[in-house]
Amino acid sequence: MTETDLKQATMQYVTRLGDDSIILSHRISEWCSNGPFLEEDLALQNVALDFLGRARMYFTYAAELEGEGRTEDDFAYLRDERQYTNLLINELPRVDFAHTMARQLFVDVFNTLFLQQQLQSKDETLAAVAAKAVKETRYHLRRSHEWTLRLGDGTAESHQRMQNAVDNLWGYTHEMFDVDALEQQLIEAGIAVDSAALRPQWLEKVTAILTEATLTVPEDSWVVRGGRTGYHTENLGHLLTEMQFLHRAHPGVTW
Amino acid sequence: MSDIPVVSNAWAERLQHRQQSQVPELWDMLDVVNDPEVPALSLWDLGVLCDLHKDEYGKVTVWITPTYSGCPAISTMQDDIESELARAGFNDYEVKTKLAPAWTTDWLSPEGRRKLREYGIAPPTQSACGNASGLTPEFGVECPHCSSSDTKRLSEFGSTACKALFQCNDCHEAFDYFKQI
Repeated sequence: MTETDLKQATMQYVTRLGDDSIILSHRISEWCSNGPFLEEDLALQNVALDFLGRARMYFTYAAELEGEGRTEDDFAYLRDERQYTNLLINELPRVDFAHTMARQLFVDVFNTLFLQQQLQSKDETLAAVAAKAVKETRYHLRRSHEWTLRLGDGTAESHQRMQNAVDNLWGYTHEMFDVDALEQQLIEAGIAVDSAALRPQWLEKVTAILTEATLTVPEDSWVVRGGRTGYHTENLGHLLTEMQFLHRAHPGVTW
Repeated sequence: MSDIPVVSNAWAERLQHRQQSQVPELWDMLDVVNDPEVPALSLWDLGVLCDLHKDEYGKVTVWITPTYSGCPAISTMQDDIESELARAGFNDYEVKTKLAPAWTTDWLSPEGRRKLREYGIAPPTQSACGNASGLTPEFGVECPHCSSSDTKRLSEFGSTACKALFQCNDCHEAFDYFKQI
């Protein structure tokens, strides 16, 4: 691979990571003023802010790699659904608190493993972003772990809701471990994380937590994928409409 | 209760770096720039101010690092440093943000820890006092108001990303705890 190709591939990869971060951040931020109690409301917004910060670092870096004068805002606000390459799990609606926390558990366990590997990336910026994010993610995971226990091993109602959430989201977790040709090239170059290799550890950790929470680990009976190639669920369009409205109505607006 | 006079290696390195600087007057000058969210602390105390340099043409470059990935205060910090440099008569300066090495609460100055407590925020416990994971403990962070250790965690995340919320069982005040990271 020539240096230009490598740079181009890295730019696409970094955009994927940025897309994952910003879409999840937006979803969590929808709980603002809707949290079950004030402290939880604040906690969710803090987590959303951490993901937003990651999105900004990734988009800024993607724009720099591309070198065509675009900024982080162009990446966030001026791309359509088909140009977004986030994993589907991040765009699913927040539904109830159990769904939000089950998703967070799956993503947080994944991120603790993923970022630990990203620390070793030969790309200095990716390694630096991971060094910041890995510390924040430990706090995120501790919280989603505690909530999973509290809801799973709670009342009959909370247990049922948590089990429903786990069942409904399970088929979306497989996509986190897909590696396509683009990522394969970057893994060989020592830049990207080999996420396929993380699945056994992820499954072990998630199984331990769900079991502790008296929940049943679902069977792998269905899988949905498509986010990395721009094929999304209906939910992303609605999310982008909301998220991009201001920037599209007032192009170039700053404050 | 007095602090045990032990400083982290990370802090000792920062201090040494500052002491060996060719431009000590610039470091001193920027001591007046405070953190916008915790105005009791200067950017130096907080560990956000990483480095500064003056080149042969008199251009000043200042490096800062965000506390958390999503720290919303970083651009305000940048503006505040720029205004201080402008006020001091510099006209060629630049404030740059750098990500590595990642900010850690080990960079808080001992002075900063004291100022935090006086301001009503419990400074981060060092690992001996917290749990082994280094994450926020559930109990026992010393209350900045009455110094009791009979306290409990109310929320893992507080009013800003860098804080958790505690309550004292003795004086009953709620207080912020500056999370160790």
